This record gives sequence, structure tokens and C-alpha cells, in this order.
Amino acid sequence: MKNMMRKSFKLYSHYVSINVRGMMQYKSSFVLTMIGQFLVSFNVFLGIYFMFQRFPSVKGYSYSEVLLCFSIMLMEFSLAECYARGFDAFAGMVRRGEFDRVMVRPRNEILQVLGSKFELTRIGRMLQAVVMFVYGIMNSDIHWTGSKIITIVFMLLGGTALFTGIFLIYAALCFFTLDGLEFMNVFTDGAREYGKYPVGIYGKRMLQFCTFIVPYALVQYYPLLYLLDRRTSMIYVFIPLLAFLFLIPCYALWRFGVRHYKSSGS
Amino acid sequence: MNKYLSFFRLRFAMGMQYRMAAFAGVITQFVWGAMEILIYTAFYDANAAAFPMTFQATATYIWLQQAFLAFFMAWFMEEEIFDSIISGNIAYELCRPIRIYNMWFARSVANRLSRAILRCFPILLIAAFLSKPYGMSAPSSAVNFILFLVTMILGLLVTVSFCMLVYVLTFFTVSPQGLRIVFVSMVEFFAGAVIPLPFFPDKIREVLELLPFAAMQNVPLRIYSDDLSGIAIVKPVALQITWLIVLTGVGYNLCRYAEKRVRLQGG
Repeated sequence: MKNMMRKSFKLYSHYVSINVRGMMQYKSSFVLTMIGQFLVSFNVFLGIYFMFQRFPSVKGYSYSEVLLCFSIMLMEFSLAECYARGFDAFAGMVRRGEFDRVMVRPRNEILQVLGSKFELTRIGRMLQAVVMFVYGIMNSDIHWTGSKIITIVFMLLGGTALFTGIFLIYAALCFFTLDGLEFMNVFTDGAREYGKYPVGIYGKRMLQFCTFIVPYALVQYYPLLYLLDRRTSMIYVFIPLLAFLFLIPCYALWRFGVRHYKSSGS
Repeated sequence: MNKYLSFFRLRFAMGMQYRMAAFAGVITQFVWGAMEILIYTAFYDANAAAFPMTFQATATYIWLQQAFLAFFMAWFMEEEIFDSIISGNIAYELCRPIRIYNMWFARSVANRLSRAILRCFPILLIAAFLSKPYGMSAPSSAVNFILFLVTMILGLLVTVSFCMLVYVLTFFTVSPQGLRIVFVSMVEFFAGAVIPLPFFPDKIREVLELLPFAAMQNVPLRIYSDDLSGIAIVKPVALQITWLIVLTGVGYNLCRYAEKRVRLQGG
């Protein structure tokens, strides 16, 4: 088992290095895509900036607090997108029949799909998130304690897991539809876009949906309340880790999909 | 003229085939619109006095924006055109007795029109039935509605002529990526796709309203929601027409120039 893990890890790092080296052959394309990633979320940032020029706060959250929220969400998303992008391109893999090849290899399918794509260009978005994060921290008066730093680490971990889970669902559905489903964008791009504000401002029903169905609030809203001293219970530190539970149904759906896979392509 | 009309018809008929995709698109757009409305509700609760439009006008703006997304979203460009330039297949088009600019223009308009027609009605219908301030209001008068339609078409044409510039410039840069990213981000932001122009600080808004980007979705959507009315309509409409003439003029001549000195890619 341990040996297997080590082999898998080695294989994955090999996949990553191939992907990165391949991408580096097209340096200008790499840089431009990175700038593009940066600009797209920069637009969202400017939108927030100009809204807060007009409104000092929204539902009790100040500008820097919203930035903090947005930047953490953006980091979670970019991290997940960086390494789980293979799921996003999975529709093509199924349609071209390439998944057959994956299945005959004596390695885990998920590992191979993950390895099929590693998007380093997401650094552009990440960079922007880090800048906003630093700005948000400097301008909000949070009293930093060890538990708050741990909260942020847990948020990043949980959030990355959550988005990975959503990508996994997206890929699993391709087994049945043979095509990427556009409405799944609501849960990925939509969450990135609208996760810029704490989920609480969208109203109670939205909060319930984001707690129990697709648990964005676990990695965004609740821990944020702890960071901003609106809640003091230590439970809030560990809430983001609950998002890992979301991976269970996602994985189950994936397994179900793999079993139902009928080859396609030529 | 006839040949461009048939290009238009061809593309239009093709676009109308993708009904399942349109259905998924409608759901996505609807969720998007609902989330936008929730955000503006929160800001409205925070400080209603600071709202530059009435809430009803904002909601109407958002629903129209989602319904007619295909008209105005800048990133909806045709890969086929880029591919033909990159691969050199454009050579076949150059042999034909047609103006490339006109053909692409007709195609792009048809593409956007068919996409919008498939998607707008369900969204408009649901939005019209939503409870009062969150849904879409009816046009305030017949004149208002006609003005909306006219400026909407002008806005569509300005958007297409702007995208045409990107296509034509690809003749010179070969790789469309860089240009495309910068142009698209600019359009999205300055046209009022991220936040409507009235939400910008006044000084910035006054400058933005003169730019070609404001001649796209900004004018028709604000006319319909009665944010622009009376004499205030004249200037933006005049700007729309001016920008349409300037952009198509520049694009057409640039295209002619490119056709003469273009070096084809591929073998």
C-alpha cells in the first residue's frame, strides 16, 4: 500500500513535469493566458471596488472584509483549477474514446485524469488573489491569533477539496451525457464569481443551500465569521474541514459513472 | 447584398439547431441573473439613497442583460474565423468574389441573433412573472419600446463591428490570444457588463459614456428601464451611430489593406 502510494505520487509528479515542460514550449502563449486569467478576475475586483466607492458597507461587511472573502475564495478556486483541470477537459476525453486507454492501464483512473492536465496559467489568478488577500488583511483590523491562521489554512484546504469535488461531478456526468453540461458552470464559475461576497448576504435560503447541498458556506461564510470575530466558538475553525465530506458523494458518482462507461469515439 | 444575406440566413439556420445547448444556457443565465439581483438587493438594503437607478430599473437592466447576453458578450467570437486565419484556409475565401469583411459581419450578426432568439424568451417570460421589484417591468410606452429595439440593433452592430476589429487585426498578429484577452476584458468592464455604468463614480461615468463600449448594451438596456428618457436619449443614440460608422469604416479599410498585403499561413 505504501509502496503503491509512493509510486502514484512519483507518477503524478512526472505527469506534472511533462505538462509544465510542454507548456513552456509556448512561452508567449503561456504568459498571455496568464495575463488573461489575471484580467478576468481583475474585472470582478474593479466591480467590487466601484460598488464600495458608492456604498460604505454591505450587510455589515466593509470593503476590506469583502476583499478578504473574495481573495480566499479565489485562491481555493485557482488551486483546485490548477490541478483538477483535467476533469474540466474530461468531456473531450470521453468523446474521443481516450478514456479506454486510461482504463486498460494498471493505475487509478482519477490519478491519470488529473495528470492529463496541469494548468500552471492559473497562477495569474492566484497572484491577483494573493495581492487582494494581503491588502484585505492589512486594511481590516483582525486580531491575529494562531487559531485564525489555522482557520485560513483549513479554508484553503476545504475549499480546494470542495471545488475538486464539483469538478469531479462535472466529469462524472460526462459519462452519461458525453458532453460537458453548461449549467455546471453555475457551480464552478458562478461560485467563483458570486463567492466574492459572503454567502450570508444572499439571504437565508441561499445560505441553507450553500450549507447543506453544495457546501460553499462551510469554506467561506462560517469561518469568515470567526476570522472577523463575529463568532468565537472554536467549532468554526474546523468547519471548513467538513467540506471534505462532500468528496464522498462526488466520488461515488464517479465510480458509478466509470461502471456505466460505454466506449465512444473511433 | 444578396450573397451576404444568404450567408446570414445560413448561419442563422445553423445557430437555431442547438436547442439543448440553449436550454442549458437559459438555466445558467437565469441563475446568474437571480444572483445579481440578490447582490443588488443587499446593496439596496445597505443604503437605498446611494442607488443611482431605481431598484426596478436595475432589476430590469439585469434581466435584459441576461436574456440578450448573446448580443453583447464580447468573448462570443467565432473560433472558425480565427482558425481560418491561423491555418491559412482564408485563402479559399480570398478567391471568392465577396468582401471578407461583409461576409464575416453578416455571419457574426446571424450567430448572435440566432443564439439570442433561442435563449431570450424563456428568461424574459420568467422575469416578467417575478414579484414586483425583482422582476422585469413592462416597457413604459410604445415609443420607449421602439427606441429600445432600435438602440438594441445599433448596440448589436457596434458590438459586432468591435469584434470585427479583433478578427482583422489577427491578420497582422497571427495569434489572436493576446489581443482577444485585452479587448474582451476591456469591453466587458467598460460596457457595463460587470456593473451597470450608472454605478460608476460620476466623473468616470461621464468619460465612459463617450467611449464605443457604452454604445453597446448600456444604451438600449437603460432606455428600456427608463433610466434614460426624454432629451437625454439623443446624445447616446448619436454616439451609437457615430461609433458604428467609425468602427465599421476603420475595420473595413483595415481589412482591405490586410487582404492586399497579407501573407498566408500554412501550406
